[in-house]
Amino acid sequence: MGEGFFSRGFRGRRRNQDTALPPGQYLEDGFPVLSAGPTPRTPLEEWDFSVVGEVDEPKRWTWEEFRALPSEEITTDIHCVTKWSKLNTRWEGVSVDTLLEGVDTSAEYITAYCDGDYTTNLPLEEVTGGKAWVAYAYEGEPLEPEHGGPARLFVPHLYFWKSAKWVRGLQLIAHDIPGFWEGLGYHNFGDPWREQRYWGD
Amino acid sequence: MDELRLDGNAAAGTLGEVFSFEVTTAEYACGGCGKAGTLGGAAVYEVRDLGIIVRCPGCDNALIRVAHNRGRYLVDLRGTKYLATG
Repeated sequence: MGEGFFSRGFRGRRRNQDTALPPGQYLEDGFPVLSAGPTPRTPLEEWDFSVVGEVDEPKRWTWEEFRALPSEEITTDIHCVTKWSKLNTRWEGVSVDTLLEGVDTSAEYITAYCDGDYTTNLPLEEVTGGKAWVAYAYEGEPLEPEHGGPARLFVPHLYFWKSAKWVRGLQLIAHDIPGFWEGLGYHNFGDPWREQRYWGD
Repeated sequence: MDELRLDGNAAAGTLGEVFSFEVTTAEYACGGCGKAGTLGGAAVYEVRDLGIIVRCPGCDNALIRVAHNRGRYLVDLRGTKYLATG
C-alpha cells in the first residue's frame, strides 16, 4: 500500500518536470554567456535594423524609430543546445510580424545577420505568427551587450543559437542558406522538443 | 579515368602528418586581412560545448571554426589563406 502510494507520487512529480524541460536539458538558474566572437559595441546613434532581400522595398529603422514601434512583453522558457534551459524568462521586444508588416515577398526563408560575422537561418513561417521578436530588454532592463544588446533576435521555441545576438537585420531569401552553426554540424531547424541538436537528428 | 589519379588513401601519410601539427607555432595568413601570425598568437573564443572559434587578432575574421559534434569534430579552415606546419 505504502509503496504504491509513494511510487504514484514520484511518477507524478517526474511527469511535471518532464513536461517543463525538453529532452536532455537541465535547469539553469544563471544566464550563461556564449559568444563566438568579440562583443560588438555599436553606438545606438549608429545602430539600425533592416529588412532586405526579396522584398518590394527594403525597410530600415534607426534605434529611435525601432523603439517607437509597438512592442510586446514575452514570458517564456529558453533552451540552449549546450543543454541548459531557463524557465519563465521575461523579455520585451518588437514582434517580427510588426517588422514585416506590409512587406510583399515570395521568400520562404530568412537569414538573420548581425554585428560581427554571425548569421542564423530560419523558415519565414517560424518567425511569423507571434513566434519571434527582436528583443531589447530582459527582466525589465535594457539587454546587456554580453547577452546580445542592444537587440537580439528572440525565437524561444527553437534552440537559443537561433536567437541571434546583436542582430541588425533580416534578409528574406527564396532558398535556405545554413548559418554560422547550421553550416558546421548543428541542426538546420533546431527544435528542442525533438532534440534536433546536430545534423541528422 | 586519369591514370595518375589515386584514391584518398594515397594522401593518408602526408595528411596524417599535417593534421598532427604543433598548433602554437603553426603559421597562418588571414583570409580576411592577409595578416600573418602564429596560431598561438591568435584570439580564441570558447563557446561552451558548441565549439571553438580562432580569430585573427587584427580583423576578427574567423580563421578556424571547430564544432563539437557528438564526440567528433567539424572543422572549417576557410578563414585562412594557408597554414604552415611542421
